[in-house]
Amino acid sequence: MTHRTDTPSQSGIARKMLTSNKRQWTENVTGRLIATVCAALLIIVVLSITYFIASKGLSTFFVNGISITEFLSQVKWDPEGEPAVYGVFPFILGSFLVTTLAALIAAPLGIGAAIFMIELYPNFGKKVLKPVIELLVGIPSVVYGYVGLTLLVPFIREQFDVLGFSLLAGGLVLALMILPTITSVAADAISAVPQDLRNASLALGATRWQTIWNVVLHSSLPGCLTAIVLGMARAFGEALAVQMVIGNTTKLPGSLLDPISTLTSGITLNMGNTIQGTPYNNALWSMALLLLLMSFVFIMILRIIGRKGLVNK
Amino acid sequence: MKKLSKMFMALTVVGALLAGCGSNAATPSQPQQQSGGTQTPAPESNSGNAGAETTSNEPITAVGSTAMQPLVEQVAKDFMAKNPGLQIQVQGGGSGTGLSQVSSGAATIGNSDIFAEEKKDIPANELVDHKVAVVGMAAVVNPQIGIDNLSKQQLIDIFSGKITNWKEVGGPDTKVTLVNRPKSSGTRATFSKFALDGTEEAEGITEDSSGTVRKIIAETPGAIGYLALSYINDSVKALKLDGVEANGENIATNQYPVWAYQHMYTKGEPTGSAKAFLEYILTDEVQKTAVKDLGFLPITEMKVDRAADGTIKQK
Repeated sequence: MTHRTDTPSQSGIARKMLTSNKRQWTENVTGRLIATVCAALLIIVVLSITYFIASKGLSTFFVNGISITEFLSQVKWDPEGEPAVYGVFPFILGSFLVTTLAALIAAPLGIGAAIFMIELYPNFGKKVLKPVIELLVGIPSVVYGYVGLTLLVPFIREQFDVLGFSLLAGGLVLALMILPTITSVAADAISAVPQDLRNASLALGATRWQTIWNVVLHSSLPGCLTAIVLGMARAFGEALAVQMVIGNTTKLPGSLLDPISTLTSGITLNMGNTIQGTPYNNALWSMALLLLLMSFVFIMILRIIGRKGLVNK
Repeated sequence: MKKLSKMFMALTVVGALLAGCGSNAATPSQPQQQSGGTQTPAPESNSGNAGAETTSNEPITAVGSTAMQPLVEQVAKDFMAKNPGLQIQVQGGGSGTGLSQVSSGAATIGNSDIFAEEKKDIPANELVDHKVAVVGMAAVVNPQIGIDNLSKQQLIDIFSGKITNWKEVGGPDTKVTLVNRPKSSGTRATFSKFALDGTEEAEGITEDSSGTVRKIIAETPGAIGYLALSYINDSVKALKLDGVEANGENIATNQYPVWAYQHMYTKGEPTGSAKAFLEYILTDEVQKTAVKDLGFLPITEMKVDRAADGTIKQK
């Protein structure tokens, strides 16, 4: 707030800057006020959402008396049965399996594309590839889901003589969805590697490939990991696109080609039909709480990677 | 350091966006209610309840079943055209949402495709049922199966997973693929109660939207599921049940038993504009046009009455 220039070349301006100005003062105060209110609002919103989901989600265990371990570990999901069984393990497994599958497919592709874009053909990369990838980020997830339902599911059905709605279809759709995120974040990380490092490596006689593999990738590793975790966080929370291609059965899958459910698809399919305050509805809130906790975990991983990256430099 | 602050900034932006979404989602209901409340008094409603009190112009919110939404929206549009100044807001959200919103007083009318008595934890005795239409449902199969009739027992065996190949019921050598609704769905409840005699369905693909179910059945060889009659078109084949076709005549006499009422529940007897609206839906004008056009069956043409427990009485 009290920034002053040390070069009083023009005394008029200097005087103007040194004497207190009421208008500037009010501007400063209101500006600070607006920024503070925005920040406070943000914190309040985040805290109240967390509190709301936690209070709804925890009432499954404390009000309806369902045991947490049974909730997490049982494989049978039959909330309308007599007696009702709330086992969300198939959903949890489904969420983790599709996310992992998507990351396994998208990470090498995304980092590979980033290397191509930054190291191999920077001109083409900047002029063509980058805009294309930015375009992909903007495509709504329902479009990915619909394309998956129309093209991918019949393709898998014909290739493998199975149903088509499968873990594999879900993983592929998600991989496509998170590919742009991974590529653009990894590209930023790779282009942040100082040119000196590359020059030094080449001067030592390393080939271009050795330089990329041992020097560039190595020093941009934290950034690339961040890219993958960001992609996984998006994949884990995605509901619509996955729901359309994954089949949504609560049976445990025997292979990649079997249908499965995810936490998100379980919630979206049932939320509107259940009555607020019933154990069924609360169980869905508990699943939402699990998703929230998982996103906290992803953010924490990002933080840890960020800090490690700092130490390495 | 730079990287850390960059990341923090990114997180902040994401957070701000999220917060924006949250507050946006919360606001829309307010302005509408306000605009309805501050509206100038409208000319007298022409639905007959003259001497309308001040409450008659209170905005109506009808929330619930997405299957009923097109019908209620259409009728609300017509009714608002006849009663300028009246606000009727129609929302989806599912039958469960409709029932819980109306019993908590958050909505004037709760749309549901099942009886309130069928949902646990709903104070059904506080709610007044207004049956406004009937919807028929049929088992539908992929047209390549080439079957157009199944007996009830065959249907039960297929949906409970006993029959797994179409050749067992006279079709081609194709595996049966079940396309279900979520366990909480009203359509699933109706179908399982009246077509499967309450038999528990085996696990299958589960989808919520009727459009998606139809698409899947049309594209997957050997697929079978169930749809409301209004959703059935040439891409799928509707099956006869024990030789009885699912059409208006057979449903009116209950010869074809797989149908459900479309309910509009109010908390206590409706008053003012809500009462006029519910009366309007039952007029021949609506029943013969909008109801039929949107694929429902007029409640006025039903020759039988079904109670919440499923017992049938001749009218």
